[in-house]
Parts: sequence; structure tokens; C-alpha cells
Amino acid sequence: MRALGYQIGLIARRSLIRTARQPGTWIPPLTFPLMLMVVNSNGLRAATHLPGFPTKSFLAFFIPFSFLQGALFASGIAGTDLARDVDTGFLNRLALTPVRGAALLIGQIGGAVGLGSFQALVYLAIALLAGVHIAAGAGGALLILVLAVLVATGFGTLGLFIALKTGSGEGVQSTFPLLFFLLLISSMNLPRNLIEVGWFRVLATLNPVSYMIEAIRSLVLVGWDAQALALGFGFTLALIGISLLLAARQLRIRMART
Amino acid sequence: MIDVAFGLARRQITVLFKNPSLFLPPMLFPLMNFMAFAGGLSRLRHVPGFEFRSGYTAFTFVFVLLQSAMFGGVFAGFGIARDFEYGFGRRLLVSAPHRSGIIVGYAISAMARWALIAGVLTVVALAFGMRIGGNGVELFGMYGLALIANVIGLLWACGVAMRFRSVQAGPLMQTPVFLLLFLSPVYVPLALLQGWIHAVARLNPVTLLLEAGRGLIDGRPTELAGAFVVAIGLVLLFAVWARTGLARAERAG
Repeated sequence: MRALGYQIGLIARRSLIRTARQPGTWIPPLTFPLMLMVVNSNGLRAATHLPGFPTKSFLAFFIPFSFLQGALFASGIAGTDLARDVDTGFLNRLALTPVRGAALLIGQIGGAVGLGSFQALVYLAIALLAGVHIAAGAGGALLILVLAVLVATGFGTLGLFIALKTGSGEGVQSTFPLLFFLLLISSMNLPRNLIEVGWFRVLATLNPVSYMIEAIRSLVLVGWDAQALALGFGFTLALIGISLLLAARQLRIRMART
Repeated sequence: MIDVAFGLARRQITVLFKNPSLFLPPMLFPLMNFMAFAGGLSRLRHVPGFEFRSGYTAFTFVFVLLQSAMFGGVFAGFGIARDFEYGFGRRLLVSAPHRSGIIVGYAISAMARWALIAGVLTVVALAFGMRIGGNGVELFGMYGLALIANVIGLLWACGVAMRFRSVQAGPLMQTPVFLLLFLSPVYVPLALLQGWIHAVARLNPVTLLLEAGRGLIDGRPTELAGAFVVAIGLVLLFAVWARTGLARAERAG
């Protein structure tokens, strides 16, 4: 167990350093959600005039989107890094060492989790500076950070699975629009009860991303909403679990091939 | 010059169709945006002061059409940067008797690609029940305006690509275009924007194109002359930007 922890630490350190050393990798994922937050929170402010809209501040309503978008970028980073390891033969060389598969998978998402944590802190700080009030208080703000990091871990692990499945950076990048589509057909712009188009409301209701957004949103707008939090954390943990299982299975297949 | 332009355009279009990974993102992004905006935000038409006869689907369609046009040009710029990064651009400079034809060739291929995207987008929008208030001439004007936006996007990205000659300049090509697009009245009419974004949107040339396009699809043309003058002015401005970029690439050898 101690050896496993040591291996995870080494690989996570490598992943973190690799991410930090490539500003081109982490600057866009950090700034792009911020740009969208600034633009959309102002462009969509008129939505707060709709009857039944839960707040007068669209920024407070929209802030969860930044966490989710940042997490999606994390999936791309984790996946692309692992795909590069596959491509350059690093994974093959690693297979000759005593490193365990679990250490490789958990350690590999270190960069994505590190970036996810940093992003979450930045987004939350900017929201607070812009005057967003967290209804659930300091504890709620802390829980927002925890959930944001877990979401980044979930999407990061999904990125690992895609990298192991496709074995190419292009393969990982080309799935990004599909993951982004999950974000677009969620309740990111309007509460589900205010979505007018039937098929869109159904898709948003079936989409787990809606519940991740709504969990963070509930802490900002409502306070402690047990149902929203249970759904948000539940879907996030399910995403991590399923992605880990799929990635572990794919790792065994890839190791067997080599 | 015409031979160079058509030869290069033919090559670009062939490369595009042989590589779905190059073709699909510019096709998928506008479709996804359209579905998200038309499906998820249609309730905004009930905001007090929102007046658009043809409905929210048509309102948002014009933005996505312009977005696809400008980003279609930017995506073509990625191809130019890739060509220069991998040495094809240099061979092109050596072999082309009239080098301005290189820019024209890239522009023709960008327009051809966008025409396909616009066709798919229109079919999807009609399937979504988009209502059109404008007549044939007005629609022709709307697509013409979007086509000019495509050329503007291409010329801007071309100038950047030829100055940097690396795909790493990609963010520099798309970020200003993204900001210009989203600092316009994307989701609601200009009159309903509040605060600093209203002030910025009023000065943003994309607002003029957007409002003119929306007026045309609604059958109530507005700001037409201004929009076309601004669009053609931007084409001329960025043509100079692209041509000086080409000169920079020539000097770099």
C-alpha cells in the first residue's frame, strides 16, 4: 500500500510539473471560462427579468458554468498527456517497471486535478470579488471547491479512458466537442423549469452535467439543498468510478498489446 | 493569379474532404451552438421589450450563421499556418507566379467550406421550425453579408498565420474573433443589453452585421447600408493585413 502511494506520488508529481511547464496548456483553460463568464453574465442579464428566475444576479446564476467548463478542459489535458505517453513509448517503458496500473491512472490525473483546484480557487475568488454572495456561507464555498475538484477529477479520468482507447492526442481532442455538447444541453443558461422547448428540457433533465451545475448553483443561490447536493455529488462520484473502471480495463488491454 | 487561386483552392478542398477531423469541428460547433441557443434560451423572447416577429429560432440563427462564417475563415487560417509550418507554404511561394493568388485561393476554399456549413445549418434550422419573414432577395442579402463575414475572418486569420507561420498562433486568430462575436447582442436585442456590454456592443462592428442580418430574415431590413459599408471596409482593411502578412512570409523565405 505504501509502495502504491509512493508510485502515485511520483507520477502525480510528473503530471503536475508537466502541466505547469506548458503555459499553453493551462492558460487557455483558465482564461477562456473567465471570458465566457464575463461576456455571458452580462449578455444574458436580461434573463433575470423572466418570471420565476431564481436571482437578480445572472453572474451568481452562471458561475457554476465556469467550474464545469474548466473541468472539461482538464479532461483534454489529462487525456492529451497520456496519449502523448502512449505515442512516445513512455507507457511501454513504464510497463517494464514495477509501477502498478492503479498508480499510473490515479497519478496521471494529478495535472488535471492540480489545474482544476487552481481554476476553482480563481473562479471562486473572482466571483466573490465581483459581489457574488454564497448563500451557504464559508462552508458552502469550501464545498463548491471540493465539488469542482471532484468534477475535474471525473472528467480528467474520462480523458484518460479516451486516451487509452484511441492512443492519440487527436482522438482526445476530437471528443472535446462531444463533451462540450453535454455542457451546452444542460441547465447552464436557464433553470430547467424555465426551458421552454420540450426536447431540450428532457435532454437537460437526462444530462448528469445539469445536476453537477445545479449542486454548485444551489450552494450559491439557495443555501444547503440536500437533494441538489446528493444528485450533484452522486453523479460526480459515479462519473469518477465508471471512468476509472473503463480506464483500468483499457489500460490492461493496452499493456497486453504491447 | 486565377490559376494559382483555383489550384490552391482545389487542393485545400480535397485535403478537407479527405480529413474529417479538419472538416467536422467547424461544422459541429455552429450546430451545437444553434441547438443550445434555440432550444435552451427561447424563453428569452418573453423578456419585456424583446420584439422579433420571426421568433427566437430565427433570431439566434442569424448569430450562429455569422459565427460559423467568421470562424469558418479562422479555421481556414489554421490550415494556412499548418501549410507554412510544414514547408508547403514555402514551396507555394516558390512556385506561384502571382503570390496574391495564394490568399485568393485560401479565401475561395474557405468560402466553399462555409457554403456547405451554411447549407447544413439552414436545413437544421428549418427542421427546428425556424420561421422566415424575409423574401428571397432579403435572404440573399443575409447570406451575402455572412459570406463577407467569412472573408473577413479568413483575411484576419491569414494575416496572423503568415506572420507567425505556426499553428501555435491559433489562439491569436480565434480569441479576438470570439470576443468580437460575443460582445455583440448575441442572446437579446441591443436595446435589452445593460451596462458596459451595451456600450461595447454599440461600438462593435459585428453588432451592425448582426442587426442587419436579423432585419433581413425578419423581413424588416434595418442598418443595411451601414452594415455593407462596414463589412466591405473590413474586407479592404484585412486584405491589406493579409497581403502585408504574405510579404512578411516572403521575406522570411
